[in-house]
Amino acid sequence: MKDDNVIICRCSDVTLKDIRDLIDQGYNTFDEIKRITRIGMGACQGKTCTQLVLREIATRTGKPIESLKPQTSRPTAVGVKLGVIAKGDCDDEK
Amino acid sequence: MRETEVLIIGGGPAGLCAAVSALESGASVTILERNRRLGGQLVKQTHMFFGSKEQYASFRGIDIPAILLEKLEKYGDKLRVETDCTALGIYEDGVVTALFGEERYVKYLPKAIVVATGASEKALAFENNDLPGIYGAGAVQTLMNVYGVKPGNKVLMVGAGNIGLIVSYQLMQAGVEVVAVLDAAPKIGGYCVHASKIRRAGVPILVSHTVTRALGDKTLEGAIVCEMDEKFNVIEGTEKRYDCDVMCISVGLTPLTELLGMAGCEMKYVPELSGIVPARNKAYMTSRDGIFVAGDVSGIEEASAAMVEGYLAGLHCAAYAGYKSENFAQKVEDLEGQLAKLRGGPSGAHILRGIQKNVKED
Repeated sequence: MKDDNVIICRCSDVTLKDIRDLIDQGYNTFDEIKRITRIGMGACQGKTCTQLVLREIATRTGKPIESLKPQTSRPTAVGVKLGVIAKGDCDDEK
Repeated sequence: MRETEVLIIGGGPAGLCAAVSALESGASVTILERNRRLGGQLVKQTHMFFGSKEQYASFRGIDIPAILLEKLEKYGDKLRVETDCTALGIYEDGVVTALFGEERYVKYLPKAIVVATGASEKALAFENNDLPGIYGAGAVQTLMNVYGVKPGNKVLMVGAGNIGLIVSYQLMQAGVEVVAVLDAAPKIGGYCVHASKIRRAGVPILVSHTVTRALGDKTLEGAIVCEMDEKFNVIEGTEKRYDCDVMCISVGLTPLTELLGMAGCEMKYVPELSGIVPARNKAYMTSRDGIFVAGDVSGIEEASAAMVEGYLAGLHCAAYAGYKSENFAQKVEDLEGQLAKLRGGPSGAHILRGIQKNVKED
């Protein structure tokens, strides 16, 4: 399979080749790959890529997938305009 | 800051049932649902359910939310339902933030939380997998059955689990041609009754096959499909071309656990439960006090099991918030019995192995 045309992360346009090259260079945790490629940091917050990346790391390093650390999730779960957060709690019922 | 006793995140089968039993126990409940409509995935499931009568066997999925909502109606002001409202985060101090529409940011301080956020569709890596025309099978089912939009004319279905089989049949009912259904596994994963309907209509179901390349310039025009050996390696020289303008990826679901991860709950990869799931105890509580889970978020199963888990989590969550139901022990025993019955078959045994890895003795 030609891996430079296989998209793993649609949000940041990261290919399977990018991931494989990084793993071969020794970047073999999700976090390291994230820091270099922004994978998992786009609009979907890793819903497409997480398992694909973990499986690729497992295959190439021989470590069981259960032993790999997934990415750290942080609020907010979806994109929010900064102005909306700056306005703060808008509980208009009080 | 809004106060509520029990906050339920997700208004699908698990969340709605959790609301029923929390209200029945006496707690006040708020449901946050990101879609405009309650019901979760039930809103597009036009097929009849199997199982037992407690979980609405022989009803169609789309008719079940109305039955559950009727049970909720009588609680009046004790229940608040917020639709088009996405939970954004669960913080250390127990505050939950939510976004109403796109402009209103609201904070909640609940006594206890049930996270029933369900699942998302898994992706598949193959050449040109970003061509327009390639969808998740669940997305196509939503397009067709909720919005009445025909996705295309010729569909290749990748995955022969229940979703792949059911969506294939529903596409055919909508007048769309299904060119083939394939699955990497050597056996059809879904129920035989769904597979038979498709085979009788002449659609090939190719097991031990996968898609290696999507074809097309601007949009999908076809796909290259290959045979696989027992180690899931592609066998050279077995390439076949199928013409199609839609490809549905139906390679399974994975728990949608980001809120639990950010809340600091202990998480674990459990293959039998289809992904990264929160560790929990027998009372459906995660490693963080007061945060409970029910349904697909703690392991992919069917809507029937999600409903029973919802009832159970609702009972336990209400008890945690200070509203222990009358006949609590009896109700829990009865519901656990229903779950054991649902998990009596071979796929249930698989789930139970996963649960055993993940559920702590108290």
